[in-house]
Amino acid sequence: MLFDSTQVSANAGIVVEGITKRYGARTALDDVSLEVPPGTVLGLLGPNGSGKTTLVRILTTLIRPDRGRALVAGRDVVADAARVRRAIGLVGQHTAVDDYLSGRENLTLVARLLRMGRAAADARAGEALDAFGLSDAADAPVAGYSGGMRRRLDIAATLLTQPEVVFLDEPTTGLDPASRREVWTLVERLSAGGTTVLLTTQYLEEADRLADGVAVIDQGRLIATGTPGQLKRRLLGDTIRIRLADPARMHDAVDTLRAAVPAGGLDHDRESVDVRVPDGAAVLPDALRRLDGRGIAVTAAEIRRPDLDDVFLALTGHAPAGDDPTPDARPRAHGHQRSHA
Amino acid sequence: MSLSTPAPLSPAAAPSPAAPGPGPSPTAGPRPRPVRDALLLARRTYIHHLRVPSLIVFPLVTPMIFLLLFRYILGGSIVIPGVSYVDFLVPGIIVQSITFGATQTGVGLATDVGQGIADRFQALPISRSAVVAGRVLVDTARNLVLVGTVLVAGLVIGFRPDTGPAQLALAVGLATGFAFAFGWLSAFIGLNVRHAEAVHDAGFVWVIPLTFASSALVTVDSMPAAIRPLARLNPVTSVADAVRALLLGDPAGTATVHALLWIAALLAVFVPLAVRAYQKR
Repeated sequence: MLFDSTQVSANAGIVVEGITKRYGARTALDDVSLEVPPGTVLGLLGPNGSGKTTLVRILTTLIRPDRGRALVAGRDVVADAARVRRAIGLVGQHTAVDDYLSGRENLTLVARLLRMGRAAADARAGEALDAFGLSDAADAPVAGYSGGMRRRLDIAATLLTQPEVVFLDEPTTGLDPASRREVWTLVERLSAGGTTVLLTTQYLEEADRLADGVAVIDQGRLIATGTPGQLKRRLLGDTIRIRLADPARMHDAVDTLRAAVPAGGLDHDRESVDVRVPDGAAVLPDALRRLDGRGIAVTAAEIRRPDLDDVFLALTGHAPAGDDPTPDARPRAHGHQRSHA
Repeated sequence: MSLSTPAPLSPAAAPSPAAPGPGPSPTAGPRPRPVRDALLLARRTYIHHLRVPSLIVFPLVTPMIFLLLFRYILGGSIVIPGVSYVDFLVPGIIVQSITFGATQTGVGLATDVGQGIADRFQALPISRSAVVAGRVLVDTARNLVLVGTVLVAGLVIGFRPDTGPAQLALAVGLATGFAFAFGWLSAFIGLNVRHAEAVHDAGFVWVIPLTFASSALVTVDSMPAAIRPLARLNPVTSVADAVRALLLGDPAGTATVHALLWIAALLAVFVPLAVRAYQKR
């Protein structure tokens, strides 16, 4: 196994109580409270600018809250910041690796800063390079790495010691699907090893796959917490969208579908019908058969899984607000490149 | 590659996390080791200089251009009583160039912050001053190379110092101390301006007036009366006067004391301010 679980103590989770953070007139976090039990994964779900990164920065001691308090691994993030830093690992929104150093040099530097001796740091860096599939490129400058490789190196640096609590701030943003699955596998391993994980994401699918609990944040406020299943039930599941060849048959189509799915929510425009049902795959074949039986031609049919927009629509009645691409918390230097795969 | 079959990152290969080594240690906080941390981070910046030669080439070329401009283009019309202009000029260029060179500290730190690597370092259990100190150390070392280069170039174009080993050592020491102190000032500015390119431009805004309204290139007496008091107060003047007197065998006591006081004052103010700016950014 990748990670040693014996270190995890009973109080290795996260407790957040009434955290508030303001930047001038803007309230980045407004009285946020939540709890992540030890060894579980919390998915913090929200759009850009909702306060996700601000909360991660407070919990990783990078900034201080204006009000409220937070314990990470049983230690106060303000009063006991030095000890919190020894218990956590942070994978930031932007890959924090040095372009001019090789992968090996990056890891050795971090290991040495973690107080390992020269030989131990070299050995540990070598192991991490192997474990993360970076051995072939170990001695090449990171500037030539792909986005996925940079992310892996970034995560490897975070996990050089066995942190009790790991924070991943949008770890899959900008990654190709294969790299994204690798990160998922990694989070699952961390969790299986007993590490507490707080993961921020914009993707409901990601939270659904990885998280034991989900917290939804919008404009600095926590608007929902629960398990992924509870959250999805509030969304009424999937949306089936059926597009008709002939808009004139819309009236017939709506009648047919209403009969086929009496419990479903139904909505239509000129050419297509949306039916909201708990499980789209179970309903779609029958719905299509009935339409066919009435001689209504269909040009397209799709099952749409709920995404973040649907979550927000269901929870708040509005679409995600912070749609600007600026990462929350603070301005970034101009010309900075997000990592791309 | 695949993460599904990773070689175990065995904790046995590293010092046990519970031991004084790395890892969570809920009871005893580790002893701070600011010097070790700073040197480790200095090594990182040092490697940058090896791999990106322009980081060293341009800071070296700039003072050469100033040296040649003032020696051969402008120097003919500058008369300093009692001394040949090239002897007056070379010590001044030394101080001017380390002042310019120090601006790179701020640019480098702003770049780190912009690229997110500053977050990685700050979330590590290292000394709070280490990131800034590491960079100031490398930039000071680079400035020391600069001092040597300007001295040698000066000899080639006619600089004739009249100095002993002790005075030479003191002159280089003062220049280095000033470079170190200015590095912290530059760090403070860089961390407050933040945007790496803006930090670079801002460097010219404060460094050009500071070095030209000083005794680095001309005497203060030759300046308009309104400027003179400011130019005399200028730390660049104190350091340039001291370095010049030490290299030309003139009485250097007062100027050296002034220069040392300036270095101490800059360090006392800007070391804490820069560290604070780094943590609060």
